[in-house]
Amino acid sequence: MSGRQSVNHANPRLEMDRIIDDRRTRIVVCCGSGGVGKTTAAAAIGLRAAERGRQVCVLTVDPARRLAQSMGLTSLDNTPRLVDGISDKNGGSLHAMMLDMKRTFDEIVEAHAEPGRAAQILANPFYQSLSSSFAGTQEYMAMEKLGQLRRSDEWDLIVVDTPPSRSALDFLDAPERLGRFLDGRLIRALSSPVKASRPFTKVLNAGFSMMTGALTKLLGAQVLRDAQTFVTAFDTMFGGFRERAEATYRLLQAPGTSFLVVAAPEPDALREASYFVERLDEERMPLAGLILNRVHNSPAARLSAARSLAAAETLEGIPNGDEVSRDSSGDAGAGGHATSVSYAMAVAALRLHAERMSLSEREQRVAGGFTSAHPAVPVAEVAALPVDVHDLAGLRRIGESLADQSRGLSGTRGCLCPE
Amino acid sequence: MTARDTDWDGVRLHVVTGKGGTGKTTVASALALALAHRGRKVLLIEAEGRQGIARLFDRPPLPYEERRIAIGAGGNGDASGPGGDVYALAIDPEGALLDYLQMFYNMRSAGKALTKLGLVDFATTIAPGLSDVLVTGKATEAARRKKPGGGYIYDAVVMDAPPTGRIGRFLNVTAEVSGLAKVGPIRTHADTVANVIKSPQTVVHFVSTLEEMPVQETLDGVAELRAIPGLHVGGVVINMARPTRPSPEVLQAPPDTGALAAALSAAGLYGTDTLAEDLTEELTEHARQVEMQDRERGELESAGQPCYELPMITDGIDLAGLYRLAAELRNQGAA
Repeated sequence: MSGRQSVNHANPRLEMDRIIDDRRTRIVVCCGSGGVGKTTAAAAIGLRAAERGRQVCVLTVDPARRLAQSMGLTSLDNTPRLVDGISDKNGGSLHAMMLDMKRTFDEIVEAHAEPGRAAQILANPFYQSLSSSFAGTQEYMAMEKLGQLRRSDEWDLIVVDTPPSRSALDFLDAPERLGRFLDGRLIRALSSPVKASRPFTKVLNAGFSMMTGALTKLLGAQVLRDAQTFVTAFDTMFGGFRERAEATYRLLQAPGTSFLVVAAPEPDALREASYFVERLDEERMPLAGLILNRVHNSPAARLSAARSLAAAETLEGIPNGDEVSRDSSGDAGAGGHATSVSYAMAVAALRLHAERMSLSEREQRVAGGFTSAHPAVPVAEVAALPVDVHDLAGLRRIGESLADQSRGLSGTRGCLCPE
Repeated sequence: MTARDTDWDGVRLHVVTGKGGTGKTTVASALALALAHRGRKVLLIEAEGRQGIARLFDRPPLPYEERRIAIGAGGNGDASGPGGDVYALAIDPEGALLDYLQMFYNMRSAGKALTKLGLVDFATTIAPGLSDVLVTGKATEAARRKKPGGGYIYDAVVMDAPPTGRIGRFLNVTAEVSGLAKVGPIRTHADTVANVIKSPQTVVHFVSTLEEMPVQETLDGVAELRAIPGLHVGGVVINMARPTRPSPEVLQAPPDTGALAAALSAAGLYGTDTLAEDLTEELTEHARQVEMQDRERGELESAGQPCYELPMITDGIDLAGLYRLAAELRNQGAA
């Protein structure tokens, strides 16, 4: 696998080990759009950090079943579980947990309302649907859980994988949205019947009653009643939600946090990665770098797609393998047949190589779009593996290739790269 | 041959789902192109997109409006006449809500004013299933919409739907909403929508690549949808299949590196000894991948739904690539 050519960018390389070995790093957030391998990256980083001596907790949101099993996560019980099979020779340990968003929400309610009221809230149909399916609850609860784990101080490094939303930005925006919603004036207006006592509130109230009218039309009166009951029971907790979201947000801006943006070398994933990088910058959140996952490369990158195809065509243009064989060795028959077989094999190998190179060249172009726009962002690459990872050994290999970027990046300098 | 049976004759609404990264939007677009043959009119809907359809068809961002974006894949050697039209629509919950208010209460302008007050956020937050109902509602409305003289406006509607992980909840609109609204207008609306979604006129296609995780998600998704009474699982579209060249026979025998080097020299290449070794490594890796792909393909086939296979387009998908995929879908009987 050595000497493989990789995306030929001039960006600094991501020094994974420096990040995870630095005791000041307390939180690593893996984000990116869906289907790019965030969960696997988070698990691999957590495992590597643990084996290098950190007390690690990996918080994952929606792992593939087999990956979860590889970490011993068989149930979704919202509690970090010790992962077996980790080398502890450096004194580290690895815990992993899967987020149960409804349970996390329930726990907040139970912790902040007296028992009677908590039970009332938990039984409310509106609360039940809000806590299990509101788009944004998952993100909010992931943040909440992250804050809890961090405050418990039981781990010195928390690696979190973000929910599988289409847009990576949802992770940053959704908690704020839920907090705003729960604390918002609109929902408060629902809880207190409109009193047009003071003239200057009249306009506002007219707006609200129009709104309530539309909502009643839309949803029916019963939904609104459920919402009102919920809001009334929930009243004491308002304010808390926004505050909590803001506290976690500040945690993400703290120097102990490192964001890793994960992307596949595809236009959509990299476009999302770009948005995210820019957004992190605006929010002054510390970006550690980009993980370019599933990069295709070749051990024979010195032979470009074009030359490989040309060579295949040359071989195909030679009229007949037998003749060539006779010409060169004067030996017809079995040798000639072997030659034609090896020609067919060579043509196949060259065409296959050309496909692979053109894929790799395209990935370079696509990644180049990102790296040119963000030349200062450190980049690490992980090669596409022929099979999926679902055991600790596989995660360990990914961790190794993340940490050892020397072959990938500097190894390209000496060879005949197409660019 | 003027009329040709496809696997989905009689289907008016094609819902396309798949794990993130499998090319759901690409396949939905290719399917729309494939269906738009012989003058047929097809609507391609982006349900929760970030303008992926506009990018694929090289168009400016789509508004909340049905507009023509392409001419369907016509001819194709089957004498089926000229291509039809593909229209596209990007649905967002806000537009769908205003549409709904207009359609049922004639209150679009009031709706617009309320949007400024945050109505959409508010309404969709109060009732989490609401935005799904509105979006699927728009799709089913388009599928049922008729011309003044009778006959459907669209011969088929293709929806680029949310990913596999959310598709069950997205389509099971009645259950989603009934948790909240036991009666009321939105409940009635949800029931109407469900009648279309849960009829043989609607099928749900899954897009997968030949990798373990997407395959597993596809199988889980198929099982989930089968458990919802009335939903119909459609085909499984295998996307981005890597070339199967060279033939299995060639792959069987481990390549003779010496002979390969000689052949490469004959092709005019230099440094052929190490090159032959590297290419041998590629061949071996490829053989392993083909083997893995075969295994995953078998898994997908075990779901018992029709399977279609689309090749990886290595230069990136452009309009020509989409038409190529559309032709593949047509040839394989998906449209």
